[in-house]
Amino acid sequence: MTSTIIWTIAVVTVLGLVLALVLYLVAQKFKVEEDPRIDEVEKAMPGANCGGCGFAGCRAFAEAAVKAPNLDNNFCPVGGNDTMAKVAAILGYEVKAKAPEVAVIRCNGTCEARPRVNDYDGYASCQVKATLYTGDTGCPFGCLGCGDCVNACQFGALSMDPATGLPVVDQEKCTACGACVKACPKLLIELRPKGPRGMRMFVSCVNKDKGPVAKKACANACIGCGICAKTCTHDAIVVENNVAYIDPAKCKLCRECEAMCPTNAIHGVNFPKPLDKDAVKTRIKERQQKAAEAAAAAKAVKEEKKDE
Amino acid sequence: MGGVHPHDNKISRECPIQPLPIAPTVYISVAQHIGAPSVPCVAVGDKVKVGQVIAEPGGFVSAFIHSSVSGTVKSIGPRPDLAGRPSTHIEIAVEGDEWLEGIDTTDTLITTLPEDNKATIEKIRLGGVVGLGGATFPTHVKLSPPPGSKCERVIINGCECEPYLTSDFRTLLEKGEQVVVGAAILRKVMGDVPCTIAIEENKPEAIAHIKEVIAKLGYQGIEVMSMKMRYPQGGEKQLIDAVMHRQVGSGALPISVGAVVQNVATALAVYDAVQKNKPIVDNSVTVTGECFPKQANLLVRVGTPLSYIIDYLGGVPADAAKIISGGPMMGRAVSNLDAATVKGTGALLFLTEAQTRRAPESNCIRCGKCAEACPMGLEPFLLVRLARNKDVEALEANAAQDCIECGCCLYSCPAHIQLLDSIRLGKGSVLGAIRARAAAAKAAAEAAKK
Amino acid sequence: MSKLLVSPSPHIHSKDSTKSLMRDVVIALIPAVICSVVFYGWQELLVLCVSVASCVLLEWAITKYLLKQPSTIADYSAVITGILLALNVPYTTPWWVIFIGAVVAIGVAKMTFGGIGQNIWNPALVGRVFLLVSFPTYMTTWNHPQGLFGADAISGPTPLGAIQEGLMQGSTIQELTSAYDYKSLLFANLGGSAGEVCALALLAGFVYLCCRRVIKPWITLSIFATVALTSLIFWSIDPSRFTDPLFNLLTGGLILGACFMATDYVTSPMSLWGGVVFGVGIGFLTMMIRYFGSYPEGVSFAILIMNSVVPLLNMWFKQKKFGRK
Repeated sequence: MTSTIIWTIAVVTVLGLVLALVLYLVAQKFKVEEDPRIDEVEKAMPGANCGGCGFAGCRAFAEAAVKAPNLDNNFCPVGGNDTMAKVAAILGYEVKAKAPEVAVIRCNGTCEARPRVNDYDGYASCQVKATLYTGDTGCPFGCLGCGDCVNACQFGALSMDPATGLPVVDQEKCTACGACVKACPKLLIELRPKGPRGMRMFVSCVNKDKGPVAKKACANACIGCGICAKTCTHDAIVVENNVAYIDPAKCKLCRECEAMCPTNAIHGVNFPKPLDKDAVKTRIKERQQKAAEAAAAAKAVKEEKKDE
Repeated sequence: MGGVHPHDNKISRECPIQPLPIAPTVYISVAQHIGAPSVPCVAVGDKVKVGQVIAEPGGFVSAFIHSSVSGTVKSIGPRPDLAGRPSTHIEIAVEGDEWLEGIDTTDTLITTLPEDNKATIEKIRLGGVVGLGGATFPTHVKLSPPPGSKCERVIINGCECEPYLTSDFRTLLEKGEQVVVGAAILRKVMGDVPCTIAIEENKPEAIAHIKEVIAKLGYQGIEVMSMKMRYPQGGEKQLIDAVMHRQVGSGALPISVGAVVQNVATALAVYDAVQKNKPIVDNSVTVTGECFPKQANLLVRVGTPLSYIIDYLGGVPADAAKIISGGPMMGRAVSNLDAATVKGTGALLFLTEAQTRRAPESNCIRCGKCAEACPMGLEPFLLVRLARNKDVEALEANAAQDCIECGCCLYSCPAHIQLLDSIRLGKGSVLGAIRARAAAAKAAAEAAKK
Repeated sequence: MSKLLVSPSPHIHSKDSTKSLMRDVVIALIPAVICSVVFYGWQELLVLCVSVASCVLLEWAITKYLLKQPSTIADYSAVITGILLALNVPYTTPWWVIFIGAVVAIGVAKMTFGGIGQNIWNPALVGRVFLLVSFPTYMTTWNHPQGLFGADAISGPTPLGAIQEGLMQGSTIQELTSAYDYKSLLFANLGGSAGEVCALALLAGFVYLCCRRVIKPWITLSIFATVALTSLIFWSIDPSRFTDPLFNLLTGGLILGACFMATDYVTSPMSLWGGVVFGVGIGFLTMMIRYFGSYPEGVSFAILIMNSVVPLLNMWFKQKKFGRK
């Protein structure tokens, strides 16, 4: 009995040692010589392998970063500025901090606002639906509701809201990797800067049809009336092809456009206080009145000077 | 190889083709054929006659478009098509029914074939003839094979393998002589090659009638072939295989095995264009479905709004759940009833909820019925998985680009997996990848030259 | 008028569904089930009921409570697994042994892989083999059938078991097979699992399935042909040691296995040549186990081994694509 046990232990131990030796020799013989910094950089990466950086995974990013002369073209949106700072430290490069971004869904065509006009019975994929026709509502630009974006997100940051039929972004989980932007066949999703303390403004519509047509299809549509662009004192809004667009670089978050929009197509998110539309409208009116009075006064002075 | 056997449901086969009264306004699309959209050559306010050219070819693979009515051009601009997408339409307010001078509108059969082949093909081109089997490929291009290819047989496709459709059947019965003359013209133009008129065996009257007509008219080299009933027997590649026992290779054209295939309606259009100087201004449309009380085969002017046709026949039935332009296997579901007919419109089919609502998908049970049904010998159970995982390389390796989108796979799947919906996308990505490679290779070759 | 339906083509569908196909398989098994109850009596009926009820209940419970998905029992596949499992075990098997078999068949062999369509091995066979290995006494005690209104049971081996024992004791095949005649094997009421008896009822079911186009005959025919050929070769070399082809075709679970287990959609190859090679493999392995292995019956193991090879067969044997070499 004892001899059996001893023999068993001996054989297994010897076998283990022999195999370990073989593995070690093979690992040495077939070792691939690589820059050791690649491994270090890879360790600093978040390890999501999401492709948001444009490379085929975190290791590919690390390899590219080590080879590149600087980090201008290499940015990891998931790891963000923290990760890039670490990578820069390892490689001895400098890196500029980038403003964190988040995915924004530019459609507010809820089931209530945008009634269905036909019943889609094909495979539940936005891409299939978009290839087939203009959709099951009257708006040919809006969200198709099948959730290709939700399926594309590797971080669980997107989900469909059954009440509205639209996707919802969880801003804590969103890493701005861009997968949802690519997945949406209607190009509704945009990566926009998160904004100071998360506050940001955007136009929640991409409908390029003329105002009455857009409004007929969806109560929340942007009708391209241009009131927002006229109101904005920071030159941040452009109305092109019957739809408004807010330039995030110029927007100063004053929310005046949101107050003036007749269809509530402009959204401001994460503001601490709810928007008091009347107060803002009054303020705008007073400012415009003062400006008009000043202009009239200046004109009167000019006339006087002419007379003299 | 493959194929399925849906019930043929030819419930409108006894309805003779009747002309539909002309609608008050027609909307003629400039993009109703494969290739470049045509360019309008009339202006708002112009008066036009039936058969007058209103749009010219926009490229080599393109076609003339003619007015199907006489009246005044009201507008030229975007209008939603069948799928709701805007495309340029020429709107004409109808006044009377005046035909262009030079068009022979009599019923006299002209059996003498023109001598000059080149002139014949030019007449076909000027007549705006495109493939009326559904593909709408410009016929004059098909009849001009690239140098190095030779046509060995012309096949006239009278299979009409889609359930419910009967317009080709009625055309064979009522305009059989014109079809045969059209076939004779086609075989002459391709070099006096043998011609086979292929008709599925569920149309024995048509087979008998065409045989009589050929004997009566005395043309040489034209025969009728009775085809086994099967969908998609009328698919171009499948038909060539059944008639000539040659399989067109992947990515190749039928002319590469010496075949030129034309639909029965196209042969009729060729007759009209060559012998009667009549361009395509109308086409036969089967309006059918068990829930549609007044089934009919109508001769409809191009550009007629679908709503006009439906209202003429009594309106949409209460229990109709889906309206299809075309047959139930490859037709397009209509979401916009104001869309206008095009040259390729062959049918309007009304199906009830019970006939058409799809069941929810369940797990693939690996029964292999989809692969058995695929007429191209593909493996849909594999292609659907690759397509949903967006594996373009594997899709190409498994020949997704060979898919003819016939629908046999989805039709036969017991688990109700929506195979073709996803495979179609996969096929698109493969074709895109192939095109991108070709473009990159071309660019590299040109760069190397410099 | 309610809203129009819009979808990509095609817009119609055949009458087939997973449920209708499985229902046809259940119908094809009914003659064999009736036969087995007539031969073996009320105990067999109990075995059948326990098996089917366990399989269905387990699938329902797992899908509802573990996977939190809609239940899939309506597609009849659990019923089929239950019937096949019951036909593979002696009629004297205790109900709790069968329940454990169902747990393994449905819980382990089917649901852990993801439910219907995802399993690699035939669930009924996995359940049966598990029971064979875990409860050898229950699984190898074959009582002679007492019939529906029968007398006392006599216990004894199956024909294959008797052959194996006899060979070990030095008898020749000719001596041993003289105890049987083929007619009784075909309509057998000799000892064996219910699946071994009444070959005719099983074959009738097989023909029904082929006529309904539920299964293709080539896998089954390929198995029969290979078994016949292999045993013909060995039997002609040494008839005293190897049983003859007809004996091998009619005994054991071969007919049940070839007609109903090897033809299971999920675990068999998709193409014609893949199926033929699959059948050849099963037939050959069955005969090797029967002639040279320590188990008297080889069909179950042969099928399970070939199930493992199916993905490879699917990769190597694809149907010819149109227009390509």
